[in-house]
Amino acid sequence: MKIGFYPGCSLTGSSREYNESLLAVAKVAGIELCEISDWNCCGSTAAHNLNRELSVSLPARNLALAELEEMDELVVPCAACYNRLVMTQHELAEKPEIKALIEGKLKMTLRNDIRILNVLQFLEKHIVPRLDELVKSPLTYDVACYYGCLLVRPNQVMKDERFEDPMTMDLIMQKLGANAIDWPFKTECCGAGFSVSKTEIVGELSGKIVRSAVDRGAKAIVVACPMCHFNLDMRRPVIESYLQRKIDIPVIYITQAIALAMGLSAQQAGTQRHFVPVNLTVNR
Amino acid sequence: MSKIGVFICHCGENISATVDVVRVAEAAGKLEGVEFSTDYKYMCSDPGQTLIKQMIKEKGLTGVIVAACSPRMHEPTFRKACSSAGLNPYMCEMSNLREHCSWVHDKSEATTQKAIDLVRTLVGKVKYNKPLYSIKVPVTKTALVIGGGIAGIQSSLDIANAGHQVVLVEKDPSIGGHMSQLSETFPTLDCSQCILTPRMVEVAQHPNIKLLTYAELEKLEGFIGNFKATIRKKAKSIDEDLCTGCGTCITKCPTKKIPSEFNTGLGKRTAIYVPFPQAVPNKPVIDKENCLYYKNGKCKICEKVCPTGAIRFDQEDELVELEVGAVVVATGFDVMEPSKFSEYGYGKYKDVITGLQFERLASASGPTLGEIRRPSDGKIPEKIVFVACAGSRDPSKGKPYCSKICCMYTAKHAMLYQHKVHHGESTIFYMDIRSAGKNYEEFVRRAIVEDDVKYIRGRVSKVYEENGKLIVKGVDTLLNAKPVEIQADMVVLATAAVANSGAEELAQKMHISYDAYNFFSEAHPKLKPVETNTAGIFLAGACQAPKDIPETVSQASGAAAKVAILFSQDELSREPVVAVVNRSAPPLYSTCVGCFMCATACPYQAIGEELITNRKGEVIKRVAKVNPGLCQGCGTCVAFCRSKSIDIDGYSNEQMYSEVMALLND
Repeated sequence: MKIGFYPGCSLTGSSREYNESLLAVAKVAGIELCEISDWNCCGSTAAHNLNRELSVSLPARNLALAELEEMDELVVPCAACYNRLVMTQHELAEKPEIKALIEGKLKMTLRNDIRILNVLQFLEKHIVPRLDELVKSPLTYDVACYYGCLLVRPNQVMKDERFEDPMTMDLIMQKLGANAIDWPFKTECCGAGFSVSKTEIVGELSGKIVRSAVDRGAKAIVVACPMCHFNLDMRRPVIESYLQRKIDIPVIYITQAIALAMGLSAQQAGTQRHFVPVNLTVNR
Repeated sequence: MSKIGVFICHCGENISATVDVVRVAEAAGKLEGVEFSTDYKYMCSDPGQTLIKQMIKEKGLTGVIVAACSPRMHEPTFRKACSSAGLNPYMCEMSNLREHCSWVHDKSEATTQKAIDLVRTLVGKVKYNKPLYSIKVPVTKTALVIGGGIAGIQSSLDIANAGHQVVLVEKDPSIGGHMSQLSETFPTLDCSQCILTPRMVEVAQHPNIKLLTYAELEKLEGFIGNFKATIRKKAKSIDEDLCTGCGTCITKCPTKKIPSEFNTGLGKRTAIYVPFPQAVPNKPVIDKENCLYYKNGKCKICEKVCPTGAIRFDQEDELVELEVGAVVVATGFDVMEPSKFSEYGYGKYKDVITGLQFERLASASGPTLGEIRRPSDGKIPEKIVFVACAGSRDPSKGKPYCSKICCMYTAKHAMLYQHKVHHGESTIFYMDIRSAGKNYEEFVRRAIVEDDVKYIRGRVSKVYEENGKLIVKGVDTLLNAKPVEIQADMVVLATAAVANSGAEELAQKMHISYDAYNFFSEAHPKLKPVETNTAGIFLAGACQAPKDIPETVSQASGAAAKVAILFSQDELSREPVVAVVNRSAPPLYSTCVGCFMCATACPYQAIGEELITNRKGEVIKRVAKVNPGLCQGCGTCVAFCRSKSIDIDGYSNEQMYSEVMALLND
C-alpha cells in the first residue's frame, strides 16, 4: 500500500517542526510517506469564501495528482488542508455535475476513492497499534489535548459522535504515558485567522484556552493543527497581555509528543523551533 | 345470464368535465351481460340512489356497477342502496372514474376510452360475483388497558364507568406514571399528585376494574372483539392478600442505597419497597436484583419482621390468560438520556440535571421536600440556567421532532424556582417559545413579566465547571447578537421526550405499527387519531407522540369512547372478503392436499386444519381451513396454494381472470 503525503503551506513554513516530527515518527515506524509531487494550495480560507469553484478545483487537483501516483491513502496533517480535501472529496462524490465541471477544468479525471487521513486518523491506524514497542521513554506529565474546530468537523462528513468532546488525542496521549486532563476547552475557537487582522481577539480566545489548561494543572498543551499552534504559541505575548499574567506552558504537536516518547532528541522532534520554550523534563 | 346495470356518475363536473360520460354509458350498454346503462349528475344523491333501486326492481338486475368516485368514499352507500332494493350488497361494485381517470388525466379521447375500459373490465368481474354474507363475530366486553399512567387511568375509569369490565396492566409496582412524579402542573400550577392520587385510588376501588401491577403483556392473539392476552405477573415476593402495607419490612431492610427510580436517582430506596408513599397499590415488592437474599442467600430480615407472614421468597412469575374485546395502549414515554450531549456535562457534573429531575426537586414529595437544592452539596442555587430543546429539534444529534411539552414545563420550572427562591435568577435559553394551548401563552408571559424569568433566544454551546460554578456558554441571537456566559449554580436540561425502550417490542407483540422514533402510529393522522391499524386496538397518551396532560386525558377519553362504541354491540359484522378452502364432491371432498404451505405463508395465523370424516367418524382427509374471524383477505395463501384450492370470496380467481380477459379482449 502506498501512503501519500500532502504537507500544505504551513508545514513548509511556520510549522516546519510538525513536518519534521511527523516524518521522524513515520521513519522510526518504518512507514514511507510519499509527498505528492507538484502539489498546490489547498484553497483554505480564502478560496472557499470567495470562489466556490476554485475552492473545489484546487484540492481536486491535489487529489487527482495523488491518484496519478497511485496512492491508496493520503496523509494531510494540517487541519485546514484536511478539511478542504475531505470536503472536496465529499462534494465530488455527492454532486456528479460539479465533478464533471471540475474534471473538465483540470483536464484530469478522478476516481475519487483515495482514503484521506488527518494526522489523528493516520496515527490511530498506523502508529498507535505499535506504540507498545515504539515508546522508549514514556511521558510523565499532565497534558491538555486541544483539538480546535476543524479536526472533528463538519459532522456530516466526519460522522464523529463526540464532535463536541472528542477523545482520540486524549487516548493516544494516555498510551504515551501522559495523563490527559479532563477540560472544557477542547474544541473552543482559538481565534484562527484573526491572528493577522484582529490579534487582540486571538489574545482573548486563545487566552481563555491557555488559562484553563494551566489552571487545571496541565504541563503542556497538545495540538494537531498549525493554526492552533500558531495562535497558542507565537501569539503568547498577546495572550499574556490579555490575561495580565505570565504563562509559560509549552504547546506541542502530537507528533512531537510521540517523537519524544519514542526517545528521539528535541532536535529530531523540532521542539527548539517554538516561541514558548519546550522544557518538559519535570515529572509529575 | 347476468343482467348488470351500469350507472355513470358525473360527480358534478369532477368526472364529466374530462370524460364524455354519455359515450361511456352508451359503450357500457353494448357490453355482453349489461341490461341497462345510464349517466346521472350525482349518483350518490337521493334521486341517484332511487334510480338504482328502481332499475333493480324494474329490470331485475343481478349486478350493479356504479362508475363514480373511489369505493373508499361511497361503496357502503351504494351497497346499502342495492341491499334495500333486495339485491345482495356484494353484487354491487364501484369503478373509480374520478381518482383513477378524470382527476389524473386531461380531457381527451384517450381519457374517455380509459373510462370505457375501466367499466368494461369491471363488468367482466361482476358477471362472476356471487352473493356474500357479512361475517358475525361475538364481542368480549372486557377491555385491556396497558399502562397505568394518567392515560391508562383515564381510559380505565371511563370504560369502567360505561359499565364494562377493564383489566389495567402496569409494569411498575404502582400506577401513576410520570404524572405522579411531577410537581405542579402548567398552566394552573395545581399540584400534580393532588389531582392524580384520587383517580389512582378510584381505579383501585372501582368494581369494574381489575388492577394488575408489576405485570407486562407477554402475548396478544386474536382479533377485534376476541383477543386473547397473556399477562406476565412478575413475582412481587409477597402475598398481597396477607400484606397490610404496614411498611415494617421497608424500615428494616438493610439495603438502603438503591437509586430510586421514582425520584430519578436523586433519592434512595430499599430493596423491598413501594415507589412512593401514595403508591397504588400501597404494598411493597422485592427488587430481586438488589435484595441481599436473592443475591447471596442471606438476610430474610423482612420475613422475620413481617407481622402477617406475607413475604414469599419462592414466589415465581405467573402467566395469566385473559379474554378481551379491545385493547387500549397507554404505555407513555421516557426522557432522553442526555449523556450523548457531552457539551452539556450531564453525568459529569452533578448539578446538571434533567427536567424530570427538577420536577422531583420541586415536588413536595421529593427528596428535598420541595426545596430547590442542588444535588452536589444541597445548597440553594442562586442562579439556574434552563436549556430548552436538549435533544429536540436536533436532527444531527438528537431527535428532529419538537417534544411539545418542554417550552411549557421549562417556563413552569423557572416560575416555581422564582417562587421558592425569591432572590434567585433564572435564565432560559430557547429556540422558539411554543406555547399554543388554552392559557399557555399567558402562562409564559406571566413567567417573563411577573416572575422576571430571563429568556435568551439562542443555544448553549458548552457547560463546564470552574471554581465550583457551572459556566454556561451560549449565544444571544437577538438584537446585538453576542456570546453569553453565565456563572450558574445549576443547569436544567429540557431533554427530549422519547418512546419507551420496550416500545418497539411491544408494538410487534400486538401487531400495531410504529414510526421511525418507535412511537405507535395512529390509523389516520387527522380522522383516526386514537385507532391503530389493527382493529380493536386503540392508543392513548404519549406512547403515540409527546403530549401534555390535558391532551393525554382527552385522547384517553377518546380511546375509551371508541371501546364503549365497540362494546355497545353484541356482535360485530365483518366484510366477508376472506379466503375459503374449496370443498368438492366425494370422493375427493376437497382439492386441498394438506401441504399447509398456506399456513406458513399466512401473516395472521388464520389457517388451521380440518379433518373430514365419514359417517362413522373415520378421518378421510386432512385439509386446511381458514378461520374467517382472523383472515384479513390479503390473498397470500391463494398465491401459495399449489393445488389452487384456496380462493378469496369477492376476489376469486374466476372473477380476476374474467376481469383481466375483459381488458385484453378489446
